[in-house]
Amino acid sequence: MRWLKAFIMLLFVALMLYATSGLPDHADPQAPANTYVTPTYIEDTIKDTHTPNVVTSVLADYRGYDTLGETVVIFTAGLACVLILMKRKSNDKTTLSKHRHSDHM
Amino acid sequence: MIKQHYQSIVIQTICSLLIPFIQLFALYVIIHGHYGPGGGFQGGVLLAVSIILQRLYLGSKISYQRFSPKLALALAATGLLIYGLAGIIPMIFGGSFLDYGNLPLFWVHDAERRALGILIVEIGIGLAVFGTLVLIFDSLVGERW
Repeated sequence: MRWLKAFIMLLFVALMLYATSGLPDHADPQAPANTYVTPTYIEDTIKDTHTPNVVTSVLADYRGYDTLGETVVIFTAGLACVLILMKRKSNDKTTLSKHRHSDHM
Repeated sequence: MIKQHYQSIVIQTICSLLIPFIQLFALYVIIHGHYGPGGGFQGGVLLAVSIILQRLYLGSKISYQRFSPKLALALAATGLLIYGLAGIIPMIFGGSFLDYGNLPLFWVHDAERRALGILIVEIGIGLAVFGTLVLIFDSLVGERW
């Protein structure tokens, strides 16, 4: 069984290596990823946004929706930390803390 | 629980000297994001680090009086609200979502308006990251507040 798993893994490695040979070269200007919207971003960033830093204009303007999602993710992570780990003040008798005490008893 | 009021003159002096410069550099990183490396995420982290350093050397009791965790929560929510409003207000003025060219800043040119929109959004991100990281630190410390 172990040898079968190892054989399947080797098969996948061979498949990946075969697929790698079809990828474009590193930093190839003719690669599809570099010819689709990237030249537009680089050339039009001054005209569109007056922002010399292309990273900022892509991050906050062209792909602003993505960054909004990132910010929501970070805020949600912070809220989850607070809701899980926050300790209430002892005079704050809510139903949640009562339930917790009864669980410990 | 953080030790109350670290009893060392060296640590107190160095930290109280360091914190304003960290905050100043954080503001620089946020504002200068248009022209160099930086932006809201990095600047927000630097601001949060300054508050966490204050928490470490002053102890939680005094530090919570100066910058309470509730204020951090409010700041994080405000930052997210700024970002959301920067997305929704252009929709009211006839653009699409997050289209800063339609922000109601009528006294500036169109491309300049987009640059201002990016700045507003970066400030919102900075506030959100700042508040969130301080909140995570406070909830991990486990002090009652």
